[in-house]
Amino acid sequence: MAQTQTVVSSHAAPGTAWEPRIVAFLCYWCSYTGADSAGTARMKYPPNVDIIRVMCSGRIDPELVTTAFARGADGVMVLGCHIGDCHYIAGNHKTMARMPLLKRMLVDLGIEPDRFVHEWVSAAEGEKFTRLVCEVTERVRALGPLELPRQMREFGFGRGLGSKAWGE
Amino acid sequence: MTMAARPESGNGKLKIGVYWAASCGGCDISLLEIGPHLLELIEAAEIVLWPCAADFKYADVVSYPDGFIDVCFVNGSVRTSEQEELVRLLRRKAKTLVAYGACACAGGIPALANLNQPEEIFDASYRDNPSLDNAAGVVPQPVTETEFGELEIPRFYPRVLRLADVVEVDYQLPGCPPQADRVWEAITALVSGTLPARNNAVLVGCTDKAVCDDCPLEKRKTRIGSFKRPHLAVPEPGWCLLEQGYVCMGPATRGGCGALCLKANLPCRGCYGASGAVEDQGAAMIGAVGSLLDATTEERARELVAQIVDPVGSFYRFTLASSHLRGRH
Repeated sequence: MAQTQTVVSSHAAPGTAWEPRIVAFLCYWCSYTGADSAGTARMKYPPNVDIIRVMCSGRIDPELVTTAFARGADGVMVLGCHIGDCHYIAGNHKTMARMPLLKRMLVDLGIEPDRFVHEWVSAAEGEKFTRLVCEVTERVRALGPLELPRQMREFGFGRGLGSKAWGE
Repeated sequence: MTMAARPESGNGKLKIGVYWAASCGGCDISLLEIGPHLLELIEAAEIVLWPCAADFKYADVVSYPDGFIDVCFVNGSVRTSEQEELVRLLRRKAKTLVAYGACACAGGIPALANLNQPEEIFDASYRDNPSLDNAAGVVPQPVTETEFGELEIPRFYPRVLRLADVVEVDYQLPGCPPQADRVWEAITALVSGTLPARNNAVLVGCTDKAVCDDCPLEKRKTRIGSFKRPHLAVPEPGWCLLEQGYVCMGPATRGGCGALCLKANLPCRGCYGASGAVEDQGAAMIGAVGSLLDATTEERARELVAQIVDPVGSFYRFTLASSHLRGRH
């Protein structure tokens, strides 16, 4: 999608160990504020997570998640307000319906279930946010690099001049 | 409309080539579907390659000077080294290369094979299948030694690729197959030079809007209470099929067909590919389905989406090779 031109890459620089790259989509009203409160309270969590703030988890198009994986993310998190707490009343009801279906599809496409996490984090749950990031980072680390851009290049996708190769 | 021959093309006739790669042959047939217009086409154009309908050899194509073919329609995706070789050759020989049909544009049905590893495909085709009688376990090899020398067959690629993955494509004419009126519109536009400027795989013969825009069925603003399959239930006529719980790809699919399936009360299968600004048809469809569920609790939402049989096969039926993940990893 036009909104996400960022290239995510978990390829380790020469001489350094591989570190998982995790893209986390956080809703503005609850989960981002929750992450903020974790920071304000000086809770420690691994620096492997790249936070993208969106206004509502209902705004997180499943295309954004597939884009993140296709461009090199090793894991993706989608965090939103608990059901009943949505600032826009029912935005997260859409998230609640989309994410289980998306997860099923990702698993069918060979992405391990632990690489995609969908959870509810309220503005007061800095601790839950910290715990989630720690857990997800460790689980993704155990799975190892996903490296979809490399795999796709090897399969021959985007060799022609007619399409840009993912992750380049 | 009558077609004026272009004076710059040798004998005054436009040189047209048609080639099939990994396809079913339906696209070739769909060219015949333009009906009486065929006579007009043959008046204005000369066929210089069409394996399905005319006896040209690959050697003929090789002997053509570069840029000899004015317009080459290639249908089918790229699965083998032979297909890639021919497509590259045709790219050189053709002034304008058109990806014709869903397979050439986005992988189409053959790209569903990207859900399996090549070994699994070979197992199902040659080793482990109730209808097989292959006790010796004979499997095609790229190179075979025989008493007459070395025999070669094309290599089987690890994944099905769309045309634009292999060569530069000028235009894409989507659909499975492209609808006859759109095909004729595109051909007349090509001949009269009124197509949009040649650019990286410009889509022609379709609209940016979703199939829903052309759909005659009524939206009643109801939510999906259960999912149904078209061979197991009879839909109520006149009412949006997605709202009734049939997985209809309309919201995520580009228009151009005139909602043909919907007019027969069958759900859209998504053959024109992702609509408008959408890149990944399946992910967009999840977005659409997710906003229509009749669920206020997580348990209910999970229960409902679990009723969808084969989300990947339904949502990416024609576009797996052009989706973000391109297949199973």
